[in-house]
Amino acid sequence: MARRYLPVAAFAGLIVAIQLATFFTGTAFHLTQLTMTAYYSLVIVGLCMLIGYAGQISLGHAGFFAIGGYVTAFLTTFNLKLHPGVFVSLLSKSGMLVARPDAYGGSLLTVHPWLACAAAILLTVVIAYLVGGPVLKLKGHYLAMATLGFGIIVYRMVLGTGFLGAADGISDVPGFPLPAGLAITGNSSARVSNYYLAWGLVILGMALLLNLVHSRVGRALAAVHGAEDAAGAMGIPTARYKLNTFVLSAVFASLAGVLLTHYNGGIGPSEAGVMKSVRYVAIVAIGGMANLWGALSMSLVLNYLSLRGYFGTYDDAVFGVILLLIMLFAPDGLLRRHLLSDLKRAVSRNPAEEEAS
Amino acid sequence: MTLLSVRGVSKRFGGLQAVNDLSFDVATGSIKALIGPNGAGKTTLFDLISGFLPPDSGEIVFGGAEIHAMSSCEVAVRGMVRTFQHIRLFPKMTVLENIMVGRHVHSRAGFLAGMLNLPFTWGEERRIREKSFEIMELLGIAAHARTEAVRLAYGQQRVVEVGRALACEPKLLLLDEPAAGLNMRETNEMGRLISRIRDMGVTVLLVEHDMSLVMKISDEVVVLSYGQKIAEDRPLAIQKNREVIRVYLGDDQ
Ligand SMILES: Nc1ncnc2c1ncn2[C@@H]1O[C@H](COP(=O)(O)OP(=O)(O)OP(=O)(O)O)[C@@H](O)[C@H]1O
Ligand SMILES: [Mg+2]
Repeated sequence: MARRYLPVAAFAGLIVAIQLATFFTGTAFHLTQLTMTAYYSLVIVGLCMLIGYAGQISLGHAGFFAIGGYVTAFLTTFNLKLHPGVFVSLLSKSGMLVARPDAYGGSLLTVHPWLACAAAILLTVVIAYLVGGPVLKLKGHYLAMATLGFGIIVYRMVLGTGFLGAADGISDVPGFPLPAGLAITGNSSARVSNYYLAWGLVILGMALLLNLVHSRVGRALAAVHGAEDAAGAMGIPTARYKLNTFVLSAVFASLAGVLLTHYNGGIGPSEAGVMKSVRYVAIVAIGGMANLWGALSMSLVLNYLSLRGYFGTYDDAVFGVILLLIMLFAPDGLLRRHLLSDLKRAVSRNPAEEEAS
Repeated sequence: MTLLSVRGVSKRFGGLQAVNDLSFDVATGSIKALIGPNGAGKTTLFDLISGFLPPDSGEIVFGGAEIHAMSSCEVAVRGMVRTFQHIRLFPKMTVLENIMVGRHVHSRAGFLAGMLNLPFTWGEERRIREKSFEIMELLGIAAHARTEAVRLAYGQQRVVEVGRALACEPKLLLLDEPAAGLNMRETNEMGRLISRIRDMGVTVLLVEHDMSLVMKISDEVVVLSYGQKIAEDRPLAIQKNREVIRVYLGDDQ
């Protein structure tokens, strides 16, 4: 138990240390990219669960991120005042709508962000089940291609849909109100609180996933990953477990999409792009596949560098190269869970053992 | 009483009739052996019984229920567990973890309970662990609990596979060549282990090439040749059966 949560506490310490460092060096503007990094990290740890532990690839997770982001962006900016009706007044009476001034001095009546978030997650769950059900029957590159297809569909749909802003995306998305006067918003006055909110959520997500890995379900997933037919013979409903993990990782991605959209005040079609999905997979891969901490630390470093513009115009290319190199030279990832024990084993290996295996 | 009943089961692979209109029963509490030359269809029959393959025709009844349309998972939940001719342990998992997976059907913590680490799962995990150690003690592999299972010697991997199946507390245990690749001492130990499993109340259906093992431990023997049953009798009678002798000697000549 302590072995599980000690790293979580250490990571929380790191997050505090980073904030303090930016405070004392007067570089608090870094927190903006670090907060965005947190939301992308949420996608990545969820995807790590799917790829590394359940053994299923997805090249379509930017699609789930976009579903979350676009649903909330649309619902919280679509002016219902212009579309009065029984349904709208019903929603209004039950307190599910909010009024706010728009950018041009007029006023808006939109769905409350909490309801929008709930709708986004619900839609994600439904779509993930509908897509995952048939698609997860596929294996290896067939699964990769099918999920890629899903990602492309979402991308082309947001790009081609007028009320989703087409190539421009949706802007003027309001902040996401939280209790105690907090809000998820890009206002620079809320920079520090948003940094902690975002990373707090990541830490919570990590704790949940680490618990899952060390549970009966985690063991079953490892069994499915290692020898699927033998797992089935032990009474593990392999298809259902894979599907549930797929949906779980989709929810992580979608929630990240919702919150980052409120933080950024908008979302554009590039968030649904295939290169985003590739980037997520690349980070999980370099993090060591079945290694939540590896994926998280790689996500922290790479997303931050990318968002700060260190990769310049080669941004997407960098992640393509990472994926290529990992697949060529270290298909198990760089930060492998068993790296240490493997090294020990390699050193202590004797010829007799070699022969036996 | 009959625990498993195979009735007129057939399976075809393209032009090859792997199992042909096969029928036999397995009595509760017995050890039944299935023998036959290479390619006779023994493993295919196991695949059919355990839900890995659907039969083309025929019925399979287990514990009073028709199971021939069920998945391997559903069959396992009903209390029938198999081992594999080619060992299929879970890689990257310790012996203990492999056996703990066997407790899956007897525990219930799902995704939500696991993620939230709910208190009821603590006791459940402890019981899974205790039961797994109990089984490892019984099989004499407790010393290897923390070793990665696929790193053990071959004979021990076979024992782990049996242990994993036993952890499910099956009513019927299907063993596909449990003594394959074992030396004489290990084979004898495996034989004693299988008898002990039967004495624990588990019915055993066994595919095995080692004749002395089969004759020593089984209550009844079914002989397959080209997917068909050519004999079903007590071990002593099988040894004298002319058809069986012809099939076996004919193979070697
Ligand atoms: N999936 C399959 N597709 C096509 N042919 C198959 C398949 N599985 C088995 N066979 C064929 O069916 C026949 C029976 O195979 P099976 O593995 O059941 O034999 P067996 O009695 O277990 O043999 P052994 O003693 O060698 O294990 C063989 O000729 C085999 O080649
Ligand atoms: Mg066989």
